[in-house]
Amino acid sequence: MNTVTVLNKELRSYFGSPFAYIIMAAFLVLGGILFAGAVTDPRGPQAASMDGFFSPLPVLLLLIAPILSMRLLADEQRSGTLELLLTAPVGDGAVVIGKYLASFLLYLAMLALSLVFGLLLSFFGNPAWGIILSSYLGAALVGAACLAIGLFASSLSANQAVAAFIALTITLVLWLAERVALFVDNPNIRSFISQMALFTHYGSFTQGVINTKDVFYYLSITVVFVFMAIQSLQSRRWR
Amino acid sequence: MIKVQQLTKYYGPYRAINDISFNVNDGEIVGFLGPNGAGKTTTMKVITGYIPPTLGSVSVSGFDVVRQSLAVRQRIGYLPETVPLYTDMTPREYLHYMGKLRGMNDSGKRKQRVEDVMAVTGISEMSNRLIAKLSRGYRQRVGIAQAMVHNPEVLILDEPTVGLDPRQIIEVRELIRELGKTHTIILSTHILPEVSMLCQRVIIINRGEIAVDDTLAHLESSLTSTDRLEVLAQGSLAPLKSTIAQVTGVQSLELLTPITGDRSNQYRFLVEAAAGSDLRANLAAALVAGGTALLELKARRLTLEDIFINVTARDEDDAQDDAYYDPATAPDHNPTIAEVAAETADEEVAS
Repeated sequence: MNTVTVLNKELRSYFGSPFAYIIMAAFLVLGGILFAGAVTDPRGPQAASMDGFFSPLPVLLLLIAPILSMRLLADEQRSGTLELLLTAPVGDGAVVIGKYLASFLLYLAMLALSLVFGLLLSFFGNPAWGIILSSYLGAALVGAACLAIGLFASSLSANQAVAAFIALTITLVLWLAERVALFVDNPNIRSFISQMALFTHYGSFTQGVINTKDVFYYLSITVVFVFMAIQSLQSRRWR
Repeated sequence: MIKVQQLTKYYGPYRAINDISFNVNDGEIVGFLGPNGAGKTTTMKVITGYIPPTLGSVSVSGFDVVRQSLAVRQRIGYLPETVPLYTDMTPREYLHYMGKLRGMNDSGKRKQRVEDVMAVTGISEMSNRLIAKLSRGYRQRVGIAQAMVHNPEVLILDEPTVGLDPRQIIEVRELIRELGKTHTIILSTHILPEVSMLCQRVIIINRGEIAVDDTLAHLESSLTSTDRLEVLAQGSLAPLKSTIAQVTGVQSLELLTPITGDRSNQYRFLVEAAAGSDLRANLAAALVAGGTALLELKARRLTLEDIFINVTARDEDDAQDDAYYDPATAPDHNPTIAEVAAETADEEVAS
């Protein structure tokens, strides 16, 4: 109940300012460029699956997720309203999860706009809806993980820019885990590190494969970072 | 009822509050005084459950602030020092949001209550403007409205009249007085007359310890337990002294700082007499009859300000022993106004 209250309020402040619209417009422009580039590529039969849009999506997320999530908790700390939230008869978890869900819903709305690309495809050809749907699932899961990282970063600082930068850094480090793995000789450790990489698990979704281990990976990252955000918020009380 | 027992709070190695205990009874308005950095805000934050105590316990209406935090928060309305507002909301949206967070789920009742609270705090005409566009005074009132929207048993107000113009200050005081009839209120302020106007009890806190905890009624009677007169007269010292000492009712006589230079034959005395025995007429008559010139004669009273200045300045001297808490020498009760008044009087006379 309280989660829903917080969620509503957050959605209202996203859409009550130009913020949400600017981000969505930017997303459509960038996504459109990627999509158009793939469709007009003479070599590519992959256009039928919107692969040109989905494969580079993580790079867009790298930028968009920190911006979507940076204000969630940082702003409350800056304006002092965190004191109000933490002295209201609401669990810290309910507040954090409400805020997280708001950013996730905004992200889903943004993602839904890209359906227009699929629609265009269906006018001119026969899109592979199965692959497109699994790609959407993958995109939603990657987004959920990136936003959770952003939420956690936002709990660390009262400054939105700092929060965004921390989120970007964590995401990049998790992305580059793939590269780091190459330095390791021990095959077990190498495989472990490369499995930790943020986007390793994304590729199969864009090929129409839904693997439970990939779903599980993104859900775990999400849960871990949301949990850490709650802990970080609670630790404010002890400072 | 708020019970604070042996509360101590450290921020890292810094001790903000040291072993304070006090109770606030139902329906009481307690004034919380102290210099900046004395620990007032920290104490309030502990009571609201925002920060946990390092040692000791705090309970509100029988609920422990740490173990039954949600039950406590349900019963408290809190206005922090920096008014926490969402500037992208209107006051009405903001109050609805705070009401919902505090469990006002019935939308009809909540709507009614929000309108009532806005009317009482005088923000109805601003209810549809963005908070970002409101003046300091209106924002302060939105903050107060927020604290009372869920009709809590206990209100904790950290400097509620800061930033208001004189007319608004009077309105807000009136509001607090009205709320005090049905609520328990802890009011922190730097405006001492405000305490005299609103509070039944005063707690002065200094360097993390309670310096004074007493009722205002008791305080007022203590402050006037002796009549203190200040006399400025011209003449030679010895006859002046004996003339004053011979007036019936004079209990003690002290020479204050002698005046030198051109006015070297002028002397300022502090005369103490039993309470209620207004000696001014007798004293004047005696001095004139004695052939000395009476230049000034005025009654001197200890005000809340005298007490405040005294208890908060005094501890600078014993800052050394302050660092170590020694239960053997510590007083086993909070000092009352009478004790502090006596001490204040002593020190003044000594100076």
